[in-house]
Amino acid sequence: MANVTTAPAVHEDDLLIEEYGYDDHFHEHHHGDKYQSNFVTTYIFSQDHKMIAKQFLITGIFWAIIGAAMSLIFRLQLGFPEENMAWLKPLLGKWITVNDAGIGSLAPEFYYALVTMHGTILVFFVLTAGLSGTFSNLLIPLQIGARDMASPFLNMLSYWFFFLAGIIMFFSLFLNTGPFSGGWTAYPPLSALPQASSGSGAGMTMWIVSLVFFVVSVLLGGINYITTVLNLRTKGMTMWRMPLTIWSFFVTAILGLLSFPVLASAFFLVMCDRGLGTSFFLSEIFIGGQALDHVGGSPILYQHLFWFLGHPEVYIIILPAMGLVSEVLSVHSRKPIFGYKAMVYSIMAIGFLSFIVWAHHMFMSGVNPFISNFFVIFTLIIAVPSAVKVFNWITTVYGGNVRFNSASLYAIGFVSMFISGGLTGIFLGNSAIDIQLHDTYFVVAHFHIVMGVAAFFGMFAGIYNWYPKMFGRFMNETLGKLHFWGTMIGAYAVFWPMHYLGMAGVPRRYYRFDSFEAFGQFVEMNQFITIAAIVTFGFQMIFVINFFYSIWRGKKQTTRNPWKATTLEWTTPIRPGHGNWEGKIPTVQRWAYDYGKDGKEFIPQIQPIGEDESPEAH
Amino acid sequence: MTALLAILCIALITVIVVQIGRVTELASKIRGEEEVQAKTNRAQANYSLLFLIVFLLATIISAGYYKDSMLWYGPHEAASEHGGLLDYMFNITLFFTGVVFVITQIALFYFAYKYQGKKGGKAEFISHNNKLEVIWTAIPAVVMTFLVIGGLDAWNEVMADVSPDEEVIEIEATGYQFAWHLRYPGADGKLGARDYRLTTSTNPLGQDWKDEKNIDDFHPSEIVLPVGQKVRVRILARDVLHNFYLPHFRVKMDAVPGMPTHFVFTPKLTTEEYRQNLGVLGSDGLPKYPEWHEPVDPADPDSPKRYEDFNYELACAELCGTGHYAMRRIVRIVSEEEYKQWLSEQQSYYMSSIRNTEDDPWTDKLFDVEIQQRTQEFNDKLEQALSSANEADKVIELEHVSFKTNSAELTALSRYQLDNLVAAMNNNAGLSIDIMGHTDNTGEPEYNLELSEQRAQSVYSYVTGKGIDASRLTATGYGETRPVATNDTEEGREQNRRVEFKIAQQG
Repeated sequence: MANVTTAPAVHEDDLLIEEYGYDDHFHEHHHGDKYQSNFVTTYIFSQDHKMIAKQFLITGIFWAIIGAAMSLIFRLQLGFPEENMAWLKPLLGKWITVNDAGIGSLAPEFYYALVTMHGTILVFFVLTAGLSGTFSNLLIPLQIGARDMASPFLNMLSYWFFFLAGIIMFFSLFLNTGPFSGGWTAYPPLSALPQASSGSGAGMTMWIVSLVFFVVSVLLGGINYITTVLNLRTKGMTMWRMPLTIWSFFVTAILGLLSFPVLASAFFLVMCDRGLGTSFFLSEIFIGGQALDHVGGSPILYQHLFWFLGHPEVYIIILPAMGLVSEVLSVHSRKPIFGYKAMVYSIMAIGFLSFIVWAHHMFMSGVNPFISNFFVIFTLIIAVPSAVKVFNWITTVYGGNVRFNSASLYAIGFVSMFISGGLTGIFLGNSAIDIQLHDTYFVVAHFHIVMGVAAFFGMFAGIYNWYPKMFGRFMNETLGKLHFWGTMIGAYAVFWPMHYLGMAGVPRRYYRFDSFEAFGQFVEMNQFITIAAIVTFGFQMIFVINFFYSIWRGKKQTTRNPWKATTLEWTTPIRPGHGNWEGKIPTVQRWAYDYGKDGKEFIPQIQPIGEDESPEAH
Repeated sequence: MTALLAILCIALITVIVVQIGRVTELASKIRGEEEVQAKTNRAQANYSLLFLIVFLLATIISAGYYKDSMLWYGPHEAASEHGGLLDYMFNITLFFTGVVFVITQIALFYFAYKYQGKKGGKAEFISHNNKLEVIWTAIPAVVMTFLVIGGLDAWNEVMADVSPDEEVIEIEATGYQFAWHLRYPGADGKLGARDYRLTTSTNPLGQDWKDEKNIDDFHPSEIVLPVGQKVRVRILARDVLHNFYLPHFRVKMDAVPGMPTHFVFTPKLTTEEYRQNLGVLGSDGLPKYPEWHEPVDPADPDSPKRYEDFNYELACAELCGTGHYAMRRIVRIVSEEEYKQWLSEQQSYYMSSIRNTEDDPWTDKLFDVEIQQRTQEFNDKLEQALSSANEADKVIELEHVSFKTNSAELTALSRYQLDNLVAAMNNNAGLSIDIMGHTDNTGEPEYNLELSEQRAQSVYSYVTGKGIDASRLTATGYGETRPVATNDTEEGREQNRRVEFKIAQQG
């Protein structure tokens, strides 16, 4: 057993590292002084990957609270459109219009701004930066046995570009004309013409500038992750010995590197159309009593460019969650992940396919229906690797000795959510069915469950599991479980009924439903969803309290490897300094999933294969 | 004060949450971590199983509860011919995914329950199983192939455009912030050309009036279509993206500025038939869907029942700005006869709003429909005059007959009305008339008298020139002596400048 309750003077892992490790003469150069000598270099402009991970995480939590609070305000509008919202006036100011009877209501412009900001913030700032940024940074060096990222400086820049993007987006919320309100996809002409919507003026300018900085952040981070994984793996850490977390971060970074520049190009072209009078996306427009000069452009072209990022983006969000869940499920089931190679190949297959399915967001956008045939085929092929992953997760639990805690519960919850949300993708990916379901609440239910809630569940599993690695303390388990069950039930209560709305044809992005007879009959359901959303938000506050309280007051980590995991991050000191390992860096002797092998509960990756041990399993 | 209370509440809740957490931590310290973990495993495994059962029951019960309000189920049969095909694809997918959903959710939570960690328990070392993995790769692949083939078959059938020789009603819908503007092709069955640069407040679609196909196009406020006939909707946008969405017909297509799109469908159920489906009585004589039998106005029990008031709707399904949620138009599907009746009541937009305004490029031309209309009016008036016994009714003004300013030369378009007169004279051999010219009171009375004389003479010459015997008509000028309206206003003077004829003798 690697951990012993009565801590010996020299840890068993240290002996193994001392014996088999690789001496890179790291500590002879005194990096510690250079990188972490004062408050600013330690906590603000830190180049240490662990600190940058925490910065990404806490910034992500900040944005998640804002994004979720926005959803509550627009849910109030949808659930209780007649209720008095004047009490929100101190917060929202002129966006709450109070009539003569003293009844305040949310301005439609701001409703659409909230919907847009909610999407933008959650997709980019929380589930891309907050999820991949946090865990790629934390785990890549630690799990592959590296001192830090390939370029700690670029890594620091990656966070600060994200921070800058956040500042600009945050300020745009306070513009007199309101933040951008044309949907997170920002389709032109709505996004390109200030006269089309008040949010398309300064709001859109700041939105686009913010996201260009965000793209820079993703690219700086991504190139670092890829380089680090390819070049800085410790001795013995072959690609096929990497934990699935690393595989998923690696493929995620590749996806980001290939797709985000395309988004940036789309944004540059929109900027040209907005500011320089070009006509990339504009043609034959009469607006505000005036025929514009633009001819020959195509709004569809923007959609191609956007979704060429947009679809890989959903895998950029979900793949890291998948990796975290694979690892957490395996560790807490005390079993190897089932079908390791199949899992890796399905990550690669999903990553590859994600580049040739983008137009399934555009079946009803006016593209030639013939083209859709190919996109239907590729889209539905994704169901196969996804199904393989689901079956493998379930089989990982099968025959295990499952340790139930917040992390493993969230991993199980992730699989449940991924099944529920993934299956509805089979409807939407089939263009014939999409004719009816496109842009209805069925889509809202689908993507929220499969890439919103599921990605959050993966993130929570990761936070509860690696919290000791980040802060040397545990989060409170009782609150964690309360948080889990509240979120599990709450999330289903919010999003499951939306399938029924979609099947009744109710379109998404409606400010209110009573303008149509066909859509206005679900008053009670909308109230239920709103209440469920408020309650679920309340449960997230338990998490926030737990998270910050535990940083200072949580139960102290007393053993190096509390989960009895095999991977390298648990061989460092409890509070690893810069460079992660004090002496030599560990070398790797086996794959990452030797749980229950030969009757041993687990065998760390640093432990050499014994003479009487059965051969490597995968 | 409220803010202070709110902050206090939040603080209190925080303290409670933290205390709940600490209590259990203390317990684990007292009882030993392994013991506590084993107990946790038992409890959480039970919760997982409980969750599974409640979750599956909730999905089934809620689906049953909402079934009748979903468009695929209950009274909500697809109202278009292709809709059934899509509904079938939906349901077949629902079947397969439903089976997978139930099996995998049960497996996940049941395994978690069954293999809950026990003190001293051991996990099995199973790292992979190639046979199993091949099987569960193959099964989804086969099911997907089946669904893809079915789906694409339906897709290509539904999205196929009409062939050029096919008989189809083509209509047009243009989205703008924030409504739909509808256009029908009129009697020629063809929509006229558009150019967005021509758009003005009086020409909302930028129709090119020089294109004669535009002349009979009309702009109704609702879509009316005959049941069972193929319709091709041309879909356009004037400003930003919109989406032409007919939920009951399973029709949806983006409206893109600068790029017309289309959707072809055939309505299957009339509005009336759909209403009957909603209001149908069960075998027990009670309403099958009671919610549709409630009064439209809850406060007034005598108001029509909801099913009687039902209408198909056109909506927008692509975010287009603040008014996106309210771009509603009613769609009515009617019988062939009702459709014809409705068509005959519609008036061309050009005729009602553009004709003879400064935007009209055709002021020097009469359209067949106008010629026919004038002939009809003339004949009706003549008929009335002929049948009247009153001498005063025997005078008929020759409307639309005009002359160049200060001249007796007939304008080009006057001949159409004069031809009507000629035809009438030919048809009624016994008819003879006195042509009378009049002017307003501007200018010298002598000059006016002479001008009116000459103008009456011009009409006389035209009619006799068409082969009518000169003995059947006379021409007289009366100058300004016989006004029919005041000469103080321009309208009145305009009415006074006229040529009329009196029936002198009739067969």
